[in-house]
Amino acid sequence: MPKGRILIAKPGLDGHDRGAKYVAHLLRDAGYEVIYTGIRKTPEQIVSAAIQEDVQLIGLSLLSGAHNVLFRRVLALLSENHADDILVFGGGTIPSKDIAQLEAMGVKAVFTPGTSADSILDTVSRLLEKQPSVNLHE
Amino acid sequence: MIPEHLRKAAQAWTDGAVRRATSKSPERSERFETASGRLVDRLYLPDEDQIIKYPDKLGFPGEYPFTRGVQTTMYRGRLWTMRQYAGFSTAEESNERYRYLLQQGSTGVSVAFDLPTQIGLDSDDDRCIGEVGKVGVAIDTLDDMERLFEGIPLDRVSTSMTINAPAAVLLAMYIAAAEKQGVSKDRLAGTIQNDVLKEYIARGTYIFPPPPSLRIVSDIFAYCMQEVPRWNTISISGYHIREAGATAVQEVAFTLADAICYIETALSAGLPIDQFAPRLTFFFAAHTDLLEEVAKFRAARRLYANLMRERFGAQDARSMMLRFHTQTGGVTLTAQQPDNNIVRVTIQALAAVFGGTQSLHTNSKDEALALPTEDAVTVALRTQQIIAYESGVTNTIDPLAGSFFVEKLTDQIEEEARAYIQEIDKMGGVVPAIERGYIQHEIEEAAYVYGRSIDDKRRVIVGVNEFTAEGEPDIDLFEVSEEVRARQIEKLNRVRERRNQAAVDEALRCLQEAAGDAKANLMPPILAAVHAYASIGEICGVLRRAFGEYEERYS
Repeated sequence: MPKGRILIAKPGLDGHDRGAKYVAHLLRDAGYEVIYTGIRKTPEQIVSAAIQEDVQLIGLSLLSGAHNVLFRRVLALLSENHADDILVFGGGTIPSKDIAQLEAMGVKAVFTPGTSADSILDTVSRLLEKQPSVNLHE
Repeated sequence: MIPEHLRKAAQAWTDGAVRRATSKSPERSERFETASGRLVDRLYLPDEDQIIKYPDKLGFPGEYPFTRGVQTTMYRGRLWTMRQYAGFSTAEESNERYRYLLQQGSTGVSVAFDLPTQIGLDSDDDRCIGEVGKVGVAIDTLDDMERLFEGIPLDRVSTSMTINAPAAVLLAMYIAAAEKQGVSKDRLAGTIQNDVLKEYIARGTYIFPPPPSLRIVSDIFAYCMQEVPRWNTISISGYHIREAGATAVQEVAFTLADAICYIETALSAGLPIDQFAPRLTFFFAAHTDLLEEVAKFRAARRLYANLMRERFGAQDARSMMLRFHTQTGGVTLTAQQPDNNIVRVTIQALAAVFGGTQSLHTNSKDEALALPTEDAVTVALRTQQIIAYESGVTNTIDPLAGSFFVEKLTDQIEEEARAYIQEIDKMGGVVPAIERGYIQHEIEEAAYVYGRSIDDKRRVIVGVNEFTAEGEPDIDLFEVSEEVRARQIEKLNRVRERRNQAAVDEALRCLQEAAGDAKANLMPPILAAVHAYASIGEICGVLRRAFGEYEERYS
């Protein structure tokens, strides 16, 4: 029995998916069922995949600097589709001053370069228990 | 072969002194590895082959097999080109950064384009929300290109452009912008990356499927051979493959496998090897494992020279030279304690110089967090200048040659990369190997193994999993405003109002016709469309309709 279903997604035009693939692999090894969207997906495609695949979490990865705009769009679409029970976390090259803003809009956790595997696994398992939002950008 | 008497003496040393020393205090690890996971011995010994086979394996600088360098006098003659990759927001703002870098002693320009430009989309396309001007400069039409190079003399400065799927369009815009400066295309010097295969493998800014992509590459080769003879028509890139997680061996192997595919495509289009091969260039990463990286560059040169001579029958020595640009490793930068990155970059830049690079970009300390600030870029450039003018390593050619360890590593990397290339040959070449996901999977596995070794601290990254500090100080980061897109769309609309629409329509119609005719070269109709101020999205739109788009498959 898998521990949970998670969509790892790459919004926008950015092709850097080493981090996304790494986290997908890590979560699979830890017993989660993970679907990876591949690169260059629109927020619409990501939300529709999340609903179809019936996931509990979406992990968004972005290194191009478009996170403020694109993460917001994913959250808005989830809400429009009455799917805001799906929680969203994110990762990538995200300046610390943007993290508070992302969290305020509803992103549950943001992983920046150098985050350890343990803290990612820990956060994911807590999110699945619907714990209150956590911040791991330290 | 290690001489018998030395082998025996070394055995005696291992059985005696080493055993005594390690029984008192054991070594720090049971296993010592390079950054690519290669086992490293305690000690390396002289090998007689280095003398006996010297002419075949090492030779002289500027001569086959170019292990010791592609130029006869290397840095004693001319230093490498110090070329800092830069670009952001609009053409006007990027132009200012290029002028600043040239004033500071940069010797070439290197243009970073934003993702919409790299994917052949106009700034007003819906898919570009949030991305315009972010990772590079936004270019929609020739008008932007003219502004990008305003006041930069294109007959004297060489320009490298990191552009792949729409390389033909940006090259055409560069040619047209130069014409407006009064510089004819036969005087232009520079490079387009134009390496779509590694986009499928690792970098992601592909547009078309492999066959039409390869046709465009080959059309560019043919066009430049005649019209832009000093232009480097491709920069076959291992850099992004390495950034995605490949080992040093994989970086060499997959890059040369890509090269083989481009060469075979050009040959089957009827181009003679010695006419296009001298304009092929390469691009590699430099990571922090200094000696492994130096060996990698030397191995790549020897392997390529051998491939060109033996497999493709090249006769011109220039066809056999692996000339390359190096960038220090972006993935090795840490967001934690960013000042430490200056030290990492210094070691990596040294590796590139010991490895005989032709040009070099040094990363800035803040690039794990954002695009670099001007201050950070200046330190990065100064790093190159200090190596060039103060370190002394440029005084003699290939100074690490003859190191027992470096020569052994060079042999190993060459041999293992060759084996990988044979494996890919067996699959029918690099395109089937990509379509099957083989290459992507090999890289992903290597990235995972490497990442896990950091997670469980078998590998120490200073400031990340050891020697960490509480409460990182905030540093000033460079920001690109969200308003750039609006400004860019405004400029694009002004161009659309001003231009002769009938001329644009006619140029696009001719392009569509050429796209449908496999014998036609796409460069002239693209150049005509660019001259008419057709936008990159319009030009690539015609090609998208003619060629279709590539869809990656995931397992």
